[in-house]
Amino acid sequence: MGRVATTTPTTTIAREAVAVYEKNGEKYFVVDSHMHYWDASPENWVPGAEQYAKGWIECFHAYQSLGPAETHQSIEEFQKVSEDQLMREVFDEGHVDVAIFQSTYLREWYKDGFNTSERNGELAKKHPDKFRVNTRFDPRDGDAGMREFEKNVEIYQPTGVKLYTAEWNGDSRGFKLSDPECYRFLERAQELGIKNVHVHKGPTIWPLDKDAFDVSDVDHAATDFQGLNFIVEHVGLPRIEDFCFMATQEPNVYAGLSVVLGGLMHARPRFFAKVMGELLFWVGEDKMTFGSDYNIWEPRWQVEGLVDWDFPEGAEYDDYPRLGVDGKKKILGLNAARLYDIPVPTECRLSSDTSAPASPGDAELVDREVAQA
Amino acid sequence: MTVVSDTPATLLAGVWEALRAVRDPELDTDVVSLDFVGSCSVTDDGVAHVALRLPTYFCAPNFAFLMVADAWDAVAAVPGVARPDVVLVDHFASDAINAGVAARAGFVSSMAGTEVGEAVSELDDLRRTFTERALMAGTDLVVRPLMAAGATPEQVAGMTLGDAPASDDLRRLRTRRRELGIPSDDADPLVVDPTGATVGVEALPLHLRKARSYQVGVDANTSICRGQLAARYGV
Repeated sequence: MGRVATTTPTTTIAREAVAVYEKNGEKYFVVDSHMHYWDASPENWVPGAEQYAKGWIECFHAYQSLGPAETHQSIEEFQKVSEDQLMREVFDEGHVDVAIFQSTYLREWYKDGFNTSERNGELAKKHPDKFRVNTRFDPRDGDAGMREFEKNVEIYQPTGVKLYTAEWNGDSRGFKLSDPECYRFLERAQELGIKNVHVHKGPTIWPLDKDAFDVSDVDHAATDFQGLNFIVEHVGLPRIEDFCFMATQEPNVYAGLSVVLGGLMHARPRFFAKVMGELLFWVGEDKMTFGSDYNIWEPRWQVEGLVDWDFPEGAEYDDYPRLGVDGKKKILGLNAARLYDIPVPTECRLSSDTSAPASPGDAELVDREVAQA
Repeated sequence: MTVVSDTPATLLAGVWEALRAVRDPELDTDVVSLDFVGSCSVTDDGVAHVALRLPTYFCAPNFAFLMVADAWDAVAAVPGVARPDVVLVDHFASDAINAGVAARAGFVSSMAGTEVGEAVSELDDLRRTFTERALMAGTDLVVRPLMAAGATPEQVAGMTLGDAPASDDLRRLRTRRRELGIPSDDADPLVVDPTGATVGVEALPLHLRKARSYQVGVDANTSICRGQLAARYGV
């Protein structure tokens, strides 16, 4: 598959090497496993669909307001950041060592798409040691969609895909991972070397019908595709608990922290602590992955904030599992590095090196804890 | 005005009061507290004009429809209101939802042929799902203080609604139970699952642990929605 080419440093465009993030003598290898490079500028709006293109990016922009004030951008800047700005904010200032591009097409509203594999891939080609380019498929696109998916896998050599089950497509108001058509794509994805399936289960992405947040389809697919990992981005917000109860049972289901960190850590620290507590209790630090959701939020304050984070004072947090340095290292990078076979510098690994893959025993452990609660 | 006591000022207060009974089913909070009422007025001819607004342009249309329809019914029931005029503003499906609610059409037919397309189902199931979640979250709010004060699982499992100290949370829990058709008198058990079944002492710790997760989910979602609304309207 030539996959090794994407990790060969000799093809890198010369960039000043940035040391991994270090705090209090601890080194954190950071993998941003959920970020974007979009073009939502008015020049890219589809005539006749301007109100949707505009409404969409304004909705994203409002999310940015939940981050620290000094990171807020004007809507014009937010609509389309330059290549240089992305490289600076994500890598030079943002402490990220490797970033994983997720795509969001939205071609009905954006002429060249909002954030396609092609657009991400062009940037990644210039910095192959910095990026992984995930692609996507939509089972409702049938054979033509399958061919496009296969072509994208050939071009970008991804080991991951991002799926939007709530996305509308023609007359369809969404699909489920457990649909037979989707199983056909998941089977093919597995044959093509895909290991990680990021599923958007979270805040408004598109006009939603009632089952948009339902995670039971992930439950079925995770059971039937043991060779795939399912990273539930945004942890099923607003139905975190449904996600948690499901993830407890499925060793190959992960909690993608995009939006959780960006939307809550700064704006609502006490609620953030409770959500983290729930995730640590039900899902556990071995199965939580950092994603900045750039360019909604810059990674810098999220990485620094998580490294410095602890539960606030208060009895209401007492029975949540604690998160120590090792747990933060796992969440910020080591877990995703394992999922994506990203080499981790020796000095950033855990001294105990608990890099063994998640096993069904993890779920049993949580069950035992629950039984003792 | 033929009814002297219903001056526009008291009518207006009545309309606001009625809107307090309309809630966002996802957040289990009323639309007034959430600041979703952008404007509210009653004109001399008794028409109550209410504009609802939401945190984003793309908030789920099914929830939006529920809130507009509930607000319409609540305002229409206020004595002295000649006619309700309840609209949703600044939303991608405003036109379809407003027309559908005003015509007393259901969600599915309201959305047919519009930019929203045809929704997959009517909303009763959705409402029930979220009321069940509200029951779980409300159980956490009522029971956790009892446990914090030293009540044992055995004691909680044996408690009735009448045993719990009066509070707004308890009143709300009773209301949600009634909405789900679950008995909610003083002699009825305090802790039940969303089907109304009693939760025994064995299952109680996990049940309460889950109830807490529901409450955290509601809180987290509410804080994101409030933040979005603040960014959008500067409130």
